[in-house]
Amino acid sequence: MSVLIFVEIDNGTIKKTSLEAIAYGAKIAEKTGGNATVLALGAADATELEKAGFYGANRVLHASDAKLAHENSLAYADVLAQAAAKEDSKIIILAKSGLGDAVAARAAAKLKAGIVSGVTELPEINGAFTVTRSIYTGKAFATAEIKSDVKILVIKKNAIEVDESQLSTSTAIVEAFAAALRDSDFTATVGQVEKASSELSLTEADIIVSGGRGMKGPEHWQPLLDLASALGAATGCSKPVSDLDWRPHHEHIGQTGIKVAPNIYIACGISGAIQHLAGVNGSKCIVVINKDPEAPFFKAADYGIVGDVFEILPKLTQAAKNLK
Amino acid sequence: MKILVCITNVPDTTAKISFTDNDTKLNKNGIQYIIGPYDDYALARGVELKEQFGGAVTVLHVGGAEADPQIRKALAIGADDAIRVNCDPLDSYFVASQIAHIARENSYDLILMGRESIDFNSGVVHGLVGEMLGIPSYSPVMKLDIEGSTATIAREIDGGKETLSAPLPLVLGCQEPISEWKIPNMRGIMTARTKPLLVVEPVSVDDMTVPEKYSLPAPKGACKMIPASEAETLIKLLQTEAKVL
Repeated sequence: MSVLIFVEIDNGTIKKTSLEAIAYGAKIAEKTGGNATVLALGAADATELEKAGFYGANRVLHASDAKLAHENSLAYADVLAQAAAKEDSKIIILAKSGLGDAVAARAAAKLKAGIVSGVTELPEINGAFTVTRSIYTGKAFATAEIKSDVKILVIKKNAIEVDESQLSTSTAIVEAFAAALRDSDFTATVGQVEKASSELSLTEADIIVSGGRGMKGPEHWQPLLDLASALGAATGCSKPVSDLDWRPHHEHIGQTGIKVAPNIYIACGISGAIQHLAGVNGSKCIVVINKDPEAPFFKAADYGIVGDVFEILPKLTQAAKNLK
Repeated sequence: MKILVCITNVPDTTAKISFTDNDTKLNKNGIQYIIGPYDDYALARGVELKEQFGGAVTVLHVGGAEADPQIRKALAIGADDAIRVNCDPLDSYFVASQIAHIARENSYDLILMGRESIDFNSGVVHGLVGEMLGIPSYSPVMKLDIEGSTATIAREIDGGKETLSAPLPLVLGCQEPISEWKIPNMRGIMTARTKPLLVVEPVSVDDMTVPEKYSLPAPKGACKMIPASEAETLIKLLQTEAKVL
């Protein structure tokens, strides 16, 4: 028996959120006395996949069929179910993302598995198997027992603390996995793919600098971008900003946009509507910069600065540069 | 074209969440319920496609009678009839099993729903339904056009978007800007009263997960204010005090 961890590959390497999923799965394997096995699909070097071992994985199954190079939740779920059957895995872990949820859902239906998405901490295993997850867009938590034989957990960022200075030094063994692919998973024709590959992904970022209507227009974004680049941060925005097309839709953070969980969230000129807060309440530390001292966002913040964002941002950028 | 639109009945986005009965039930006092915002987009696009190609839109809700006002609203927006599976659903697997059962009996060209419900935020029901029916599922869909028996979709992927075309039938999880929310007009509200709302009992499904209790996040400490004139000290505080940098 092994705990099976599905990882997402980006440019040949395992995504950061997936590394967390490996560490999470390895902890469960430790508890239940099994192995932690990783399933990686698509093009990736064995030397990159071996690094799964640093996070506690014993083996990596690599299905490298060229047809799996492009993200395809239907085929990925199929291969995941095949790997779970072959490994006799009763616990399957994925990192939460659009792809992670889609793969987990289809695999759950194939394996008749109970699925819990949005898990925020390690499960409790003592006879019963109980997990806690985030609900009401971060406003509450729900704890539930998973009864089914096979269990699928989709974990949120920061569900486990990974200390990068305490990693294992042993690499994982990478084995080829021969997956049986079905034509019915490839009926779609993929057209255009627009991907801002140079940008840091919001869901993966440790620091996010985000702007609202207080930024006064898309032409005034440079000071915010400067701070983001000095901090190595990703950039986000509020809903009005994306609705006004000041920034692209994939930067929209909030209840109906992307939910983020960085270590630091810096909100510039965002008043803090409850729908926006719902997208950022997973953040460890929230900084709010706003000229209005009554902005509701200050109530949810750890640090606040009342003043003109265009005066404050350059100061922060300079201080961040001095740090390096 | 036969379109099924699945809607959730959820506390509105500004609702203050608390629990009762020893933290085992949501405190519904003072909470206003709405059609899930993402489901509302799916419904709007479903109604537009019906107006373009003919056919019918059926609204489906898995849950109790308290959702009936929201179902009537969906009918007023332009759905032709509605089905409610009368139950108190336990989890995504249960809900998906009910939807799949209804879909098998009626064979729809398109099954639309929101990318996720805003109460439990799982975002897995479309995938489960697709697999249960043995048809493709895609999410989150931001643009949907139909030509003949092929759908052209734009969907969000990590840090960008992708377009793809796929043969019907399909299950799609939707989000803005697939369409604009529709507000029912007076004529819609009047005709919705007499449109059929069929209430059926659920099919039995094995318990996959069983809810135990709910909890609220720990209250946030006070916000530390930094004078604008000393803004640069923030970076030091993040490093030495909050230890997040």
